[in-house]
Amino acid sequence: MSTTLLRTIQPNQFSLLGTSLLRRRRSNNFSVRSCGSQTTTTHEAKQSSPTRVAPKNHKSNKLDEILRDYEAVIGIETHVQLSTLTKAFCSCSNNYGSYPNTSICPVCIGLPGALPVLNSKVVEFGVRLGLALNCDLSLKSKFDRKQYFYPDLPKGYQISQFDIPIASGGYVDLDIPLEFGGGHRRFGITRVHMEEDAGKLLHSDTGDYSQVDLNRAGVPLLEIVSEPDMRSGIEAAEYACEMQRIARYLGVSNGNMQEGSLRCDVNISIRPIWQAEFGTKVEIKNLNAFSAISRAIDYEISRQALLYNQGKADQIVTETRLWEEGAQKTVTMRKKEGLADYRYFPEPDLPEVILTKEYVDSIRASLPELPEAKRRRYEAMGLGMQDVLFLANDVSVAEYFDAVIGKGAEVKLAANWIMSDIAAYLKNEKLSINDIKLTPHELAELIAAIKDGTISGKIGKEILFELLAKGGTVKGMIKAKDLVQITDPVEIEKMVIQVVSENPKQLEQYRSGKTKLQGYFAGQVMKMSKGKANPGLLNKILLEKLNAKD
Amino acid sequence: MLSTLQPPRSLSLLPLRRFRNSKTIVSAASSTTSVISPPQSQILTTRRSLLSGETTAVEIAKSYLSRIRLTEPQLKCFLHVSENVLKDAQEIDQRIAKGEELGPLAGVLIGVKDNICTQGMPSTAASRILEHYRPPFDATAVRKIKELGGIVVGKTNMDEFGMGSTTEASAFQVTVNPWDLSRVPGGSSGGSAAAVAARQCMVSLGSDTGGSVRQPASFCGVVGLKPTYGRVSRFGLMAYASSLDVIGCFGSTVADAGMLLHAISGYDRFDSTSSKQDVPEFQSQFLSMDHFESKPLNGVKVGIIRETLEDGVDSGVRSATQEAASHLEALGCVLTEVSLPSFSLGLPAYYVIASSESSSNLSRYDGVRYGNQVMAEELNKLYECSRGEGFGGEVKMRILMGTYALSAGYYDAYYKRAQQVRTLIRKDFKAALEQNDILISPAAPSAAYKIGEKKDDPLAMYAGDIMTVNVNLAGLPAMVLPCGLVEGGPSGLPVGLQMIGAAFDEEKLLKVGHIFEQTLKGSSFVPPLLANVP
Repeated sequence: MSTTLLRTIQPNQFSLLGTSLLRRRRSNNFSVRSCGSQTTTTHEAKQSSPTRVAPKNHKSNKLDEILRDYEAVIGIETHVQLSTLTKAFCSCSNNYGSYPNTSICPVCIGLPGALPVLNSKVVEFGVRLGLALNCDLSLKSKFDRKQYFYPDLPKGYQISQFDIPIASGGYVDLDIPLEFGGGHRRFGITRVHMEEDAGKLLHSDTGDYSQVDLNRAGVPLLEIVSEPDMRSGIEAAEYACEMQRIARYLGVSNGNMQEGSLRCDVNISIRPIWQAEFGTKVEIKNLNAFSAISRAIDYEISRQALLYNQGKADQIVTETRLWEEGAQKTVTMRKKEGLADYRYFPEPDLPEVILTKEYVDSIRASLPELPEAKRRRYEAMGLGMQDVLFLANDVSVAEYFDAVIGKGAEVKLAANWIMSDIAAYLKNEKLSINDIKLTPHELAELIAAIKDGTISGKIGKEILFELLAKGGTVKGMIKAKDLVQITDPVEIEKMVIQVVSENPKQLEQYRSGKTKLQGYFAGQVMKMSKGKANPGLLNKILLEKLNAKD
Repeated sequence: MLSTLQPPRSLSLLPLRRFRNSKTIVSAASSTTSVISPPQSQILTTRRSLLSGETTAVEIAKSYLSRIRLTEPQLKCFLHVSENVLKDAQEIDQRIAKGEELGPLAGVLIGVKDNICTQGMPSTAASRILEHYRPPFDATAVRKIKELGGIVVGKTNMDEFGMGSTTEASAFQVTVNPWDLSRVPGGSSGGSAAAVAARQCMVSLGSDTGGSVRQPASFCGVVGLKPTYGRVSRFGLMAYASSLDVIGCFGSTVADAGMLLHAISGYDRFDSTSSKQDVPEFQSQFLSMDHFESKPLNGVKVGIIRETLEDGVDSGVRSATQEAASHLEALGCVLTEVSLPSFSLGLPAYYVIASSESSSNLSRYDGVRYGNQVMAEELNKLYECSRGEGFGGEVKMRILMGTYALSAGYYDAYYKRAQQVRTLIRKDFKAALEQNDILISPAAPSAAYKIGEKKDDPLAMYAGDIMTVNVNLAGLPAMVLPCGLVEGGPSGLPVGLQMIGAAFDEEKLLKVGHIFEQTLKGSSFVPPLLANVP
């Protein structure tokens, strides 16, 4: 039975995240070294016209050769918008999608005389994330003002943290999916600091005016700065993915990239593999999906490597580039003339942030099991990496799975049910695992009922969908629908005898060598039993009867 | 311009009826028929007359409004006079008629500096960039005053955003000194000080970043009280230099300033820098003279700051300060001279810190959301023109200085160093206040000077802040009260004595100040202008 289930698994088919990972590879114009030949194969497979394949293929190979001589150095700045009830420094509600300028007050629109007051949840979330990223916490940190003029910045400065961030010096562990080469990675975290978001500018279609929406002004953010430890688009995308996962596990953010709750800016430079110094750093913005991160980086690596290769390295300049999703390339947004001077100085309106050891310990004690710990635990349970990554990807799925096995269900069976039928159902119905009516307890019951032979696997599948949609108990449903498997040999034998005697023609054919007809008989018996006959027993008795020399 | 500010004949020729120079105390006492009685608290007098039914809040308000009508054309203390004064007074009278509980400030007429937000009433910080701006909320201090029955008379003139020491840097008008209409009232809270001196209101709110309450109090002969940093919420005070700004109080008596401070003090959840320290009941300090012992300040240790009496201080001011010290000694105080070695470092450190913070605090005035907006073709032009036309020269100069001081490469040399000086100053004060209960000094190196005299010499004007800025850097409470008069004007010019206390010990300042004031015979600090104003 379990083998049947296993065969239905399509890697990443139902993955909540995996689809985007797949997609980004397909539209890749350049292959990436770390992905190996796999990417190239995909790329070639997509080419429908052979006349186009040849030159492109040629070019691709040439680029591959060039890329072999360069190494990319990538760091990421991630802005995580916190899901606090209120904003960072005032009591305005923090909800995405409100009508423009309805969630504002004198403080967050910077009226004269208004003062910021720190929301303690921001500190709590900062500590949570800092601990989750294995950082050292600053027991005494402070806020600073970062100053620049822009219409979406009401006070003319952003309240941020400059020289003493709340957390620093951490790392994150993650697993690269097998289809991208697999392997375990550790990326350094330079710092995590608290700051406020700016508002939004809405530009008119004609371009002759802009409107300012300050609902987002003052919404709390945690900025996570990574070490320049990543070397490929895939690594960077996986890093960003892990940031989202951790934020969701911790409950500090919904991590939604489309809404801008998770924003990644990439810093990238490349250098010839024999060179120790870093190359010129370019920043890429407007990365609204993990796939965009990966593709933008791969594009940028190729662009810079080609420039190097053509002796035009001087054309790589310190600048901010925008990823254009439509054109699938990066374009210059602004060239930086020297370093911007933000004239940071300590925010005099806010006292220092003092954390006590007890406070930090209490938060540490309340941390949930984090993705990396879950993955290692699942791995130790004997699950394959594919399963491990699937289950640990979404905190709700992981919690569901944990609850099911907590009720005593067999690990591999529980994983299979969740990853195949339940995942398919969720995908079709566009639901999350929290929406289904089937409790982990009942799934465990279902698995147990099949395993101990109370019901057949087939019936199990049938009632699964009813349980998912309507709820109820497995036991109750088995009883109400009279679904208990028939395991009494006498009863099965009766049905077999009846079927065999009612089909003399087929019996004759069978006995004259058409043994395939066994399936026909089995089907008839199963039909008569309304699907409840134990298949093993049925086949055994059937064979006896069919082959009996009477 | 000066000629238009000359007092009208009827006012300038007033007889010196209610005024005597402190130097002539003895002869004055013997030569005048009427003995000068110690100043009376306006707040307590108002309360008494309202409760006794002797007069009504409307009557009182009318008399003040008529005084404003008479004197305002010359003095120009107010940028806006409230249309609701009589209506507010009527409400008080109705409460009295119904026998309802009266707040401690019921019927008290209060001027509010224009950089303190008053809901629905213009609040511009005397800047073009906020011309016609009406805030949607009251500053916490104003809200508390209203809750206690106080009536906001109007918004007083000031140097734009508090940047100045003469009130000449107002974008709208020049306030003159009621003691001599050709002189400045001091600043930046010049309007609030002059309005109380001219009895246009009973008490007023000012703000003090580097002496902006204390110096004009000295120039106008009123009491100016700068509380400890954090004692009064800054919520609703338009920030100049956040780490130095405090809201302060003016009154014609120590008791009035103290009672007003009590009303506005206390922790405010809208200001994270406000303190949770208990606010003591100051009123017990304001005993009437009949209860004074012969040496009512016996054993109080007073340190006179040596560095404040050195070169650069007018001789008249120096001798008035020394006489005030002698008076304190006569009251039983133990007087010693103390030295604050870091004293002279304060002024440059203050200007670096204040300018730096102001360059940041004033960034919000960009013409985008409120205030003066100059339409422009592109964004940077909009900023340039809105700010260029909205801010006055002094403000622009300080923004430039502050921007420079905070710039990469200069931060350590200026801002960071200034903060180190600040630490030194705090330490010196702390040591001096461990040895003494209070410290005294002049409030300013001179009495009020002529309008225009220092307008084109900012360094000379900044130097005038030398007595006061250190107190802000240390965050300490200080009070200035009139202690004497010097030559100048039609009938002499007042000089203030500054008393500095330990953090959150306003109580001691008020106690010493009250006794000092009530026993300072011979001087009644009412400007000559008022002699024939009802």
